[in-house]
Amino acid sequence: MDPVVIVGSGLAGYTLARELRKLDAAVPLTILSRDEASFYSKPMLSNALATGRNAAQLASASAEQMAAQLGARILAGTDVQAIDVARRELRAGGVTLRYSKLVLALGADPIALPLDGNAANQVLRVNDLAGYARFRAAIEGKKTVVLLGAGLIGCEFANDLAAAGYGVHVIDPAPRPLARLLPVAAAEQLRLALEAVGVVWHLESTARAVTRTAKGLRVELADGTALEADAVLSAIGLRPRTQLALQAGLKVNRGIVTDRQLQTSAENVYALGDCAEVDGQVLPYVLPLMHAARALAQTLSGTATPLQYPAMPVVVKTPALPLVVCPPPALAGSWKLQPEANGLEARFEDDSGKLLGFALSGSALARKQALTKLVPPLFSQ
Amino acid sequence: MKTWQCVVCGFIYDEAQGLPEDGIRAGTRWQDIPADWACPDCGVAKADFEMVEMAA
Repeated sequence: MDPVVIVGSGLAGYTLARELRKLDAAVPLTILSRDEASFYSKPMLSNALATGRNAAQLASASAEQMAAQLGARILAGTDVQAIDVARRELRAGGVTLRYSKLVLALGADPIALPLDGNAANQVLRVNDLAGYARFRAAIEGKKTVVLLGAGLIGCEFANDLAAAGYGVHVIDPAPRPLARLLPVAAAEQLRLALEAVGVVWHLESTARAVTRTAKGLRVELADGTALEADAVLSAIGLRPRTQLALQAGLKVNRGIVTDRQLQTSAENVYALGDCAEVDGQVLPYVLPLMHAARALAQTLSGTATPLQYPAMPVVVKTPALPLVVCPPPALAGSWKLQPEANGLEARFEDDSGKLLGFALSGSALARKQALTKLVPPLFSQ
Repeated sequence: MKTWQCVVCGFIYDEAQGLPEDGIRAGTRWQDIPADWACPDCGVAKADFEMVEMAA
């Protein structure tokens, strides 16, 4: 029979392959990857300096090892040119491959800010292991890094760099870090905690230009402030990779549109991970990915399984202030704060007092499991 | 007592501490945690954890 083909060897692609193999040891499995298809964990990039790992060490298994572990055929360094959903075949690396089922685990692209200046093209973006390797090479033996973006990745990288002794500047148009995820009080705590480890904030600011200087790079802010840097890293958000799906005639919105069974608008074609918009939700985090991979593995091995998303807190890996946030849905409610000696519990409650989300810092983290159980699922059966 | 690290997110399970909020008593050995347990931070299956030696 034609294989199950997975496009993408990131956390989504490999986790799905692993979960599928737990249920079906026999179905032929082919994984296509644009890069060298090493297994690595993207969350681990955010604290690689603290854990003393370089890019090579973050690759915990090679494509050969994964192929052996999974009993799969892995085609690394292979770009998919086109998909023909009617014929159930795709064109990749100059050959035509047939599939019985196709899973698109393409990930997302870092959003690029339009910048002026003769070094705008030297702004780095990290969204895979190769990009991380380039970033580490660029800062090796250097002193100062400017980060664009005070979101999840920006804050985690800022902490990792500052703790490793780098001078770190973070630029964001919002008045606080993680402004979209955290209530004001928690965001302020984070701002102060990162400041205490040396992060210099340029909030309510935007970068306008990046130019080359004799010593390195200069970042010019909209208000005219100039920052000298050895490297500039942009972490302002991700855009699901949808081009291949669009070209194949699949329904695309912000991400590749799927139903609760992860199926796209084409039968036998599924999408998973950062590229997927599942029942209207794009959730580029690991917990949703794990739930989705398990449900999809069941579906692919013959038991159609709708995805259930319980409440899924997001851990913010900022050792300066350990944080976990379960962002509330866009419903009416308000944040109730309960500061404690060494932490903060913030609950988002609707008018009847029902818990819809929360943010915990420091000593309040111990209540994460208990609070998660009280928050309604994102969607369930 | 040993520590175990999640290969995906770095969460550490310390046998000496257990995970009381997950119903796992302090001192519970890795092998005695139910097979269907998953990493509380990222959801990775117990089978996908790796063992890390405790630092000296």
